[in-house]
Amino acid sequence: MVLCDNIFYHMTIDLKTVKHISKLARISLEEKKAEKLADDMNSIFEFIEKLNELKTENVEPLTSIAETTLRFRDDKITSDNIREKILKNSPEKNDDFFVVPKVVE
Amino acid sequence: MTEITSLSLFELIKNIKEKKISSNEVTKSFVYRSEKSKKLNTYVTENFENCLKLSKEFDNKPNFDLKLPGIPIAVKDLFCTNEVRTTAGSNILNNFVPSYESTVTQNIWNEGGILLGKLNCDEFAMGSSNETSFFGNVQNPIAKDLVPGGSSGGSSSALAANLTPVTIGTDTGGSIRQPASFTGTVGLKPTYGSCSRYGIVAFASSLDQAGPMSKDVKDSSILLEVISSFDKKDSTSIDFKRNNYSSELTRNIKGIKIGIPKEYRVDGMPGEIENLWKKGIEYAKDCGAEIIDISLPHTSYALPTYYIVAPAEASSNLARYDGVKYGLRSPGESLIDMYEKTRSEGFGEEVKRRILIGTYVLSSGYYDAYYLKAQKVRQLIKKDFDDAYNKVDAILTPSTPSSAFKIGEKSNDPVSMYLNDIFTVPVNLSGLPGISIPAGRDKNNYPLGLQIIGKPFDEQTVLNIAYSMEEKINYKNNITDWWME
Repeated sequence: MVLCDNIFYHMTIDLKTVKHISKLARISLEEKKAEKLADDMNSIFEFIEKLNELKTENVEPLTSIAETTLRFRDDKITSDNIREKILKNSPEKNDDFFVVPKVVE
Repeated sequence: MTEITSLSLFELIKNIKEKKISSNEVTKSFVYRSEKSKKLNTYVTENFENCLKLSKEFDNKPNFDLKLPGIPIAVKDLFCTNEVRTTAGSNILNNFVPSYESTVTQNIWNEGGILLGKLNCDEFAMGSSNETSFFGNVQNPIAKDLVPGGSSGGSSSALAANLTPVTIGTDTGGSIRQPASFTGTVGLKPTYGSCSRYGIVAFASSLDQAGPMSKDVKDSSILLEVISSFDKKDSTSIDFKRNNYSSELTRNIKGIKIGIPKEYRVDGMPGEIENLWKKGIEYAKDCGAEIIDISLPHTSYALPTYYIVAPAEASSNLARYDGVKYGLRSPGESLIDMYEKTRSEGFGEEVKRRILIGTYVLSSGYYDAYYLKAQKVRQLIKKDFDDAYNKVDAILTPSTPSSAFKIGEKSNDPVSMYLNDIFTVPVNLSGLPGISIPAGRDKNNYPLGLQIIGKPFDEQTVLNIAYSMEEKINYKNNITDWWME
């Protein structure tokens, strides 16, 4: 495996990789859909590999398109009590909290 | 008098200010036409009753100093609207009702605009045909079963069908300009940092930008003036002196230098597009512009770069949809199981595909090879434009490599769908302003657009060139109302 400047040539994304990534992304996938996604991703990555043609060792990565420094603001609360508004859209809640399935056994 | 709904925004404002028509009459006309146009499937959420009520309130206590006095406006359903459902075209936000307002829409209401409804779009703005929306395909009023473009497809369709006088979209890789081109309308993507991203459902934060869509260039200048503002709530909002775009609009572009990039003459580009571009060059010359050949050598790397950067940012942004705080929740046996089922049921195929690509390119061991590489190439693409702008004031290209296609024609081939954005994506990667104006028709009589790209923060020059060329081109949509009930 080469990790420096260039993308891996002919990396094939197999079913196992797709399942691993979907686990990382917290999306459950049916077997059939995973196969289709592997095909799609391979054709997309084949297209992306065009970037290998370019030498970029001495190029600075572009991290922000807006050439601006991040602004500071005063550390002050600017919103009123918005608990109800925040909880309003929750799929499951009690008076004060979001409710989720049991996490600790 | 011409039908109210076919008037331009400028004419509507003029008529309202001269008290020739009331806000309520205008609103009734657009509501009536929208009610008769359900077949287009442009609206996800209608706000008709409330809009009519607010228009009466405006008429009872009018303020004609406002820039959009009592004007009803439907917006893309990617803008959060206080107490009005906002779905981003996704099942996962099907029942989401924001408790706050996006800055861009707030700017519109502050100037007297009234929300008419929320318009369909590709799910999370990921798509070029509006076919990825959870709420179904949108019809292009130009012809039956034709896509309206995407992702702002509901916006372009509603605008071209005269269901809203103007609208706003968002553009991450071409999502304003491509649908404008497909529907014979005008769409402007402003410089990154011009219009606040606060309250816009995020797709790819370093690329997303809101902008006006309208029937003519003047209307876009009026709307841009309203929506462009510095906003503390957006950390990438830029505090620069904004023009009075509409009052400074001029057709005097004598001596302005317009670049023609040779790399945009891509393989397999239809002859019609090539001819349209040539005609556009002649129009620009007629307007007094000087045409200069330029080179943007890294153009062909823009799409591959985009398809690393955009999915990477999307996978991070969409991590927030976990079924806990808002949106859809699918029951699961454990917390992880709940997350996985929620996201599997809540997201559509294209969104999943992009989340997985993004997760992959950002995953341990692959970051340098993909994401870092793409950020470096993005620098080269931006530098191409910086160099070109030493010689020219603006750049003229086609907006899209083809006219609108049929629904279903490209939905099974993601790469061919992505190629739609070949001329628009470099503009987002470089943070530049770009406009698409209707410029001609193909053999099927479908509209084709030309794109004018400007220097950062120089929307005025972009608008002036477009305004000037628009007069020479003299394009008119001929809509037959085939969908009307």
